[in-house]
Amino acid sequence: MSRFLTLAEAVESTVRDGDSVAMEGFTHLIPFAAGHEVIRQRRRRLTLIRMTPDLIYDQLIGMGCADKLVFSWVGNPGVGSLHRFRDAYENGWPVPITIEEHSHAAMANAYEAGAAGLPFAVFRGYLGVDLPKVNRNIRHVTCPFTGEQLAAVPAIRPDVTVIHALRADRAGNVLIEGIVGVQKEAVLAAKRSIVTVEEIVEDFGARSPNTVILPSWTVGAIACVPGGAHPSFAQGYYKRDNAYYKAWDAISRDRDSFLAWMKTNVLDKGPEAFAVHASRMGAGKFTQSAQNVDAAE
Amino acid sequence: MADASTEMMTIAAARALRNTDICFVGIGMPSAACNLARLTHAPDITLIYESGTIATKPDVLPLSIGDGELCDTALTTVPVVEMFRYWLQGGRFTVGFLGGAQIDRFANLNTTVVGPYAKPKTRLPGGGGAPEISSACGEIFIIMRQAPRSFVDKLDFVTSFGHGEGGDQRARMGIKTKGPTKLVTDLAIFEPDPMTKEMSVTSIHPGVTREQIEANTGWPVRYAANVAATPTPTDQELTVLRELHARTESRL
Repeated sequence: MSRFLTLAEAVESTVRDGDSVAMEGFTHLIPFAAGHEVIRQRRRRLTLIRMTPDLIYDQLIGMGCADKLVFSWVGNPGVGSLHRFRDAYENGWPVPITIEEHSHAAMANAYEAGAAGLPFAVFRGYLGVDLPKVNRNIRHVTCPFTGEQLAAVPAIRPDVTVIHALRADRAGNVLIEGIVGVQKEAVLAAKRSIVTVEEIVEDFGARSPNTVILPSWTVGAIACVPGGAHPSFAQGYYKRDNAYYKAWDAISRDRDSFLAWMKTNVLDKGPEAFAVHASRMGAGKFTQSAQNVDAAE
Repeated sequence: MADASTEMMTIAAARALRNTDICFVGIGMPSAACNLARLTHAPDITLIYESGTIATKPDVLPLSIGDGELCDTALTTVPVVEMFRYWLQGGRFTVGFLGGAQIDRFANLNTTVVGPYAKPKTRLPGGGGAPEISSACGEIFIIMRQAPRSFVDKLDFVTSFGHGEGGDQRARMGIKTKGPTKLVTDLAIFEPDPMTKEMSVTSIHPGVTREQIEANTGWPVRYAANVAATPTPTDQELTVLRELHARTESRL
């Protein structure tokens, strides 16, 4: 059964040094607030897993939280490089980091295999390309029926998955809509999980019967953090802060400007700072729900 | 505003798309070309981004493959696992539209590293969806600006497979799709030679010389038997493209 906690309590009780941690959300609903809490609590030696590491992992890596990155596309979308990742990988600053690199198809399939309780994922992929030469976790199996050679990668089974969702209800069920990415698979594949949400409602009310719902018994800790996906976005709440993504390029290029930014915006702040950003990006849609209730009980 | 050669490239790439195409759209220049096609000669084209957004009709160009605009204007949005398993691997795309950092004469692409993999000179973002897009889509269109350091004799890393070492290598590997059939640059259009599969110039953009193409290509350039002149952009193409960029800028 899920438990309602503050974000600090959720991270404190769920994420340990040395854990493999997947913070998922495919462009949409990236759990920035939870990532910042992991930075504030100074977790170390994490294996960070994410299809698109995005700015959140650039920040965690730059603050020395991780010694391994598992990914399939490591850039600032539409902008350029992740400079903190590159500094760690190329120069070992602030700590050296190793990589395990896949394609999107491989990682998506590997999360699904994790959710399905299978040891590995099988798919048609990596044909003619070099990644299998540099990643020994990319192997091949032969179809027992047709003889076709297919790609195989180990299932992803994170110690902890962290996601941001739109809403939780009082019973601790979690709702996601819009670009749903691999969040459901990542939570079901994990041993433990943290879900931050925009709001907690008494009841989900009218919805499509096909809305993505994670029932409370599949979820670990829930923390209400309005705006917790900023500068990513939350469907129906606030838009992606593309200006932030562009600004990050200059902030993150230089170690000192990065550290100064992290001190001001992460170390000296708490999760409540996210609501301000989100309402700025929200175009009046932010926290409309009349049923909005206080999470911290 | 984009310069004239970038506009020409985007417009030439858009023209390659058909109204009936089901297109897997890469971010950046491919996305601009695909949406220009949709807003001009191919209003019924189906554009799909790897975020799971199917038949999306964005009013502005997204910065990422998962901007809210794509989801808001999509026919439906499916999970990413489903996108790669049922839709891409399932063979439901007629064309995939890619960009790259490095390309060779057989249209193999590198978006992973410059230099050795373990100790790169430049670490690039990596493959994302491209390794499987390049083998699962019916054919591949590529849009890339030409320069000696990007049009190289030998790739540092094969991120996605084009025609390999040429000839019938795709078929011998059991890949049933056509691979790269069009490479649109800021100078010309390349298509694979029917036998060798080497990318050969089939059309030269207005005002561009063969010398310019050769100076910006890291291998000896081959030309098709009949090289066409790329038609100059029409007023409509230029207007729609400029309006699309202006709308995109105004939303930032």
